[in-house]
Amino acid sequence: MIAYIIRRALYAIPILIGVNVITFMLFFVVNTPDDMARMFLGQKHVTEEQIADWKAERGYHHPLFYNDEEDGIDTIRKTIFYTKSLRLFIFDFGRSDSGRDIGFDISQRMWPSLAIAVPQLIIGLLVAITFALLIAFFRATYIDYWAVVICVALMSISSLFYIIGGQYMMGKILRVVPISGFESGLFGVKFLILPVLIGIVGGIGSSTRWYRTIFLEEMNRDYVRTARAKGIAEQTVLFRHVLRNALIPILTGVVVILPLLFMGSLITESFFGIPGLGSYTIDAINRQDFAIVRSMVFLGAFLYIVGLLLTDISYTLVDPRVRFS
Amino acid sequence: MLPGKPVFLLTDILVFGLMLCIVLFFLYAMRKPHLREPWRQVVRSKAGVISMIVLSVYVGIALLDSVHFHPVLENQNAASGEVHYSGEVISLFDEMVSGLRASGEKTYSAPFAAYLYAKETVQQDDGTKQRVYPRLSWGAVHLDNPEAQKTADVLVLGAVGALKGIAVWLVLVTLLCLVLSVRAKRSFRATLGILLGGRSGVPWRTVILTLGAVVLVLLVGAEWAAKYHVLGTDKVGEDVLYQALKSIRTGVVIGTLTTLLMLPFAVIFGIMAGYFRGWIDDVIQYLYTTLNSIPGVLLIAAAVLMLNVYMSKHAEQFASLTQRADLRLLFLCLILGLTSWTGLCRLLRAETLKLREVDFIQAATAFGVGRVQTIFRHILPNVMHIVLITLVLDFSGLVLAEAVLSYINIGVDPTMNSWGNMINSARLEMAREPVVWWSLAASLFFMFTLVLFANLFADVVRDALDPRLAR
Repeated sequence: MIAYIIRRALYAIPILIGVNVITFMLFFVVNTPDDMARMFLGQKHVTEEQIADWKAERGYHHPLFYNDEEDGIDTIRKTIFYTKSLRLFIFDFGRSDSGRDIGFDISQRMWPSLAIAVPQLIIGLLVAITFALLIAFFRATYIDYWAVVICVALMSISSLFYIIGGQYMMGKILRVVPISGFESGLFGVKFLILPVLIGIVGGIGSSTRWYRTIFLEEMNRDYVRTARAKGIAEQTVLFRHVLRNALIPILTGVVVILPLLFMGSLITESFFGIPGLGSYTIDAINRQDFAIVRSMVFLGAFLYIVGLLLTDISYTLVDPRVRFS
Repeated sequence: MLPGKPVFLLTDILVFGLMLCIVLFFLYAMRKPHLREPWRQVVRSKAGVISMIVLSVYVGIALLDSVHFHPVLENQNAASGEVHYSGEVISLFDEMVSGLRASGEKTYSAPFAAYLYAKETVQQDDGTKQRVYPRLSWGAVHLDNPEAQKTADVLVLGAVGALKGIAVWLVLVTLLCLVLSVRAKRSFRATLGILLGGRSGVPWRTVILTLGAVVLVLLVGAEWAAKYHVLGTDKVGEDVLYQALKSIRTGVVIGTLTTLLMLPFAVIFGIMAGYFRGWIDDVIQYLYTTLNSIPGVLLIAAAVLMLNVYMSKHAEQFASLTQRADLRLLFLCLILGLTSWTGLCRLLRAETLKLREVDFIQAATAFGVGRVQTIFRHILPNVMHIVLITLVLDFSGLVLAEAVLSYINIGVDPTMNSWGNMINSARLEMAREPVVWWSLAASLFFMFTLVLFANLFADVVRDALDPRLAR
């Protein structure tokens, strides 16, 4: 088992290198730091000096891969690839283009993101499973048919509508909870209610429909027929047999997104003014802060790979038929 | 034929190319029983025919909106005999709804309003100044006294539209009935009885009812839109209905071209990985795991940022704003495709892995059929259903994604009409007093209808094409 995990972890390294190279190509080769400096300083009346200053301030003045002005190890160390890309591997994100420490910002901002994402995931999962099980109980009736139609309709509504509509209904008309903002500690809970609720409602259509097919698939298995043939009540069959077995694909499907919860949701956070990693990324995109976007791309890829690893491990844990090969 | 000099934008060419492919495919599939059967199942389901009718309205508008040209200028110098064209690029659809396009107001106005949303200082006849709601310059100008006449006028216009709609609908139904009775060699009355009785294989009664609803909505809407701003106007006074209709093209282009652009990569790589296995499989798997592990939104954001830098550096390369916006749209499709081809590639790889062990392919190999020919003759036709299912399934997700991306400013060009841009500019309007809801409602409604029927259609197509679900 440990050998298997180590092998899977080693397999992640070439992928991370690939991600690193892609982001490097995208950010430094397709457009040179000179272009970025011009963009940042504005197009007109930019002198060469100003560009050089801007680059030196942010460490973009080195050559890309090979610095032939230096000697020995510095030919490699004093390059953009080394300072900006390779350091990501040890999670040294460096400074943003506006001069803030990215690593510190991330460590501060991941908690608000988690405060939204974790309750949203757990409650959403519980609600969707409950609904899906109910629909599966009434399978092949009008209830089933219309429930699926409602699910499809819910899926077809843009997530933006849920947020704007929810904010308007709850915050402006009913005036129950604040529209946006964030506060740490227990008093902050009131700020979380609306984004969490909207996240759940927005995701319920697709997940319920998906879980319903999983439940129905499980219900057609032989062991379920055996259980019914033995005369076990339908409720017992559903909860004891179907639910337990259907939870395996549902939960292993959730594992892959667990690490990504840190990244938060871009849209929700920017709408509700939550100082998480999602709004951090959005702000960086709008301010065209390339350093932050680059760090977030790498972090996101890393977390996704961790998620894949966790999924593989959880498969082997819950299903003994999967061998460590 | 066109009232002007044609302009071929890249997305136009691709959209019409795609349409041509679809038509050719259908003509081909009609002649092959095994390809015809699943589509027969699609047109036999009620959800299938309803969504097909609604989607064809959307696609029709998108296609009309994809024929671009420089219009002929009004004030021609007749003596020289030379024809002058405007620098502006408009589409056939613009030409058809030219009334809406020209109907600018000063600022917001509510749906069916006769007055502006904001008060203005107006000089009265007796020389005093007063702050009043001024009349609109286009909406409801035909009324002398809007307060008293408006409701009646709207109802009359609606009734006229409805009557026209019913007339058109009756003509359509008669034509349909005639065609069917000639084809089945039955009397007209017998055919009508079958159609209305709902006893036909294709649910013709549903077709007729849906057709009626669509024609009614279109004609009543057209009747109103000729005199009023049916969905109000936006901040700069542009008609919201016009914007929402123009956005259809953006949505349809993104939904279809993205899949089209990624298709070659996904199909070639997926089949190669599954068929050749070994190191080719390893390399391709590595490629898609790497691309897949970068969060999609961030990759798109990064790529669009880079495009911004490139565009501001090479501003001289773009002949016009329309062309620039068009190129940006195409680039967005490309980058969305780059993030979404991995799913299809994986599916195709798995299917090919299974297929290459199947008897008929083993037999082909034993007969000495070459690898390339095996792939094209035996494997490709047998994975086409997966490609088609992906094409329809991805459509709705992509339309929704466009809105979200445009909302965070990494979507289509801000000058381009799109539902995302409409929502983006509308989000601050909700905080106004009284609320400006129509822009938001219009974009969400149009988007919802398209996505809902695309979803329903995708479900039917998947059920029909997926052999694992076959009964």
